Amino acid sequence: MYKTEILVVGGGPAGLAAALAAAEQGAEVTLADRNSDLGGQLVKQTHMFFGSKGQYASERGISIAKILKEKAAATGKIRILTGATVTGYYEDKKVTIEAGDKFFPVEPQRVIFATGAQENTLIFPGCDLPGIYGAGAVQTLMNLHGVKPGNRVAMVGAGNIGVIVSYQLLQAGVEVAAIIEAAPRIGGYYVHAAKVRRLGVPILTSHTVIKAHGNHCLEKITIAELDEKRQVMAGSERDLEVDVLCVSVGLSPLAELLFQAGCRMGYVPELGGFVPFRDDCLETSVAGIYVAGDAAGIGEASAAMVQGRIAGLAAAASLGYGKDTFLEKVTEAGRELTGLHGGPTGEKIRTGLAKLTLLAKEAV
Amino acid sequence: MRIEKHPILEFQKGAKIKFLFDGRELEGYAGEPVAAALHAAGVRVLSHSHSHNRPRGFWCAIGHCSSCNMRVNGVPNIRVCIEPLAEGMVVETQKGRGRLDV
Repeated sequence: MYKTEILVVGGGPAGLAAALAAAEQGAEVTLADRNSDLGGQLVKQTHMFFGSKGQYASERGISIAKILKEKAAATGKIRILTGATVTGYYEDKKVTIEAGDKFFPVEPQRVIFATGAQENTLIFPGCDLPGIYGAGAVQTLMNLHGVKPGNRVAMVGAGNIGVIVSYQLLQAGVEVAAIIEAAPRIGGYYVHAAKVRRLGVPILTSHTVIKAHGNHCLEKITIAELDEKRQVMAGSERDLEVDVLCVSVGLSPLAELLFQAGCRMGYVPELGGFVPFRDDCLETSVAGIYVAGDAAGIGEASAAMVQGRIAGLAAAASLGYGKDTFLEKVTEAGRELTGLHGGPTGEKIRTGLAKLTLLAKEAV
Repeated sequence: MRIEKHPILEFQKGAKIKFLFDGRELEGYAGEPVAAALHAAGVRVLSHSHSHNRPRGFWCAIGHCSSCNMRVNGVPNIRVCIEPLAEGMVVETQKGRGRLDV
């Protein structure tokens, strides 16, 4: 039987930070990721991060992934399993892993779920045509594999991902016809939005896609303006000739394993969907199971790394590792997290977390 | 459809190799996802929906959504967005749900 003190599921920013924090406190860690390489979605983030130095600000996501991977390898206490999908959590507290042609059970003493998120889809006639891709998928195709998604792209969603990926499309030499946003205002950071606007990309707020046209692949979309009640304004329809439609309408936490483990969950739209109830150290309602990153509620990589650190420190401390430094380290991390969730950009997350706390109280 | 010049990134590519797509010989780079090689060659329809036979391309590109399932070297339901390309690979559009010959 494969035994490990702490199993971290998912090797993105949250999982890497969790594994690193726990290993640095002296715990023995297994980090499992279904992809062929660690780093999660950081490996395609070419933009620089905000935040403070401790959260790798002013570094590009791709560099942060590299730094975390090197640090993880340097601890000598993390067993890294790549190409390893955690397929289930069982009643006897074992998890199963599928890796290549192997399928085996693992007996961990603590589990940190840092499974991340998946992209939301948008439903409209023709929305399944080839050429309509998730924004993250387009990022993977261009920034990781060097392939252009098409010649002329329309982006749906002016949140952070929408505006950042639009800018990255321009960097790759792809024309961006427009960014279409149903809300009356831009959701993404102003600096990113201003950048794409300066480069001539119109950001059409209060607009939506109502239809996609094409024989086998996308050739054209019909967009329309929305009124205050988000209803299509008659006569405002017009066509845009594009061969790619990039969909960036939010993410949903990958919560299947948390459900399976019996963690009590609450539905909070501000956090992206179902997320587990947890305490300040990110321990869920099931003792010994922690959560971090997008699986805990959709946020940014900087916050995901801090959450990972908190969960890693807490899981290690619960096994007796680093008890003397735990309080100081976790207090500092908590302060960083509060800082990252501060200001107007953190409003949605703060509202979401408050709702989750309320739901958890009601559930008791 | 390959990015020739990029202000930040340099793409490390494997050896240039040949593979078959529905009997057609195409070129790609060893180790890149099959879907990337197909897309670079202009192939965007990767599969079809089971009930209505509507064309499907990739959606998530990270092995999560199953929109890109194809038959690779005779094995059905391969997620080509994360399947590394290799010399002489036989990639085929899958008919229906696919059958595993066991």
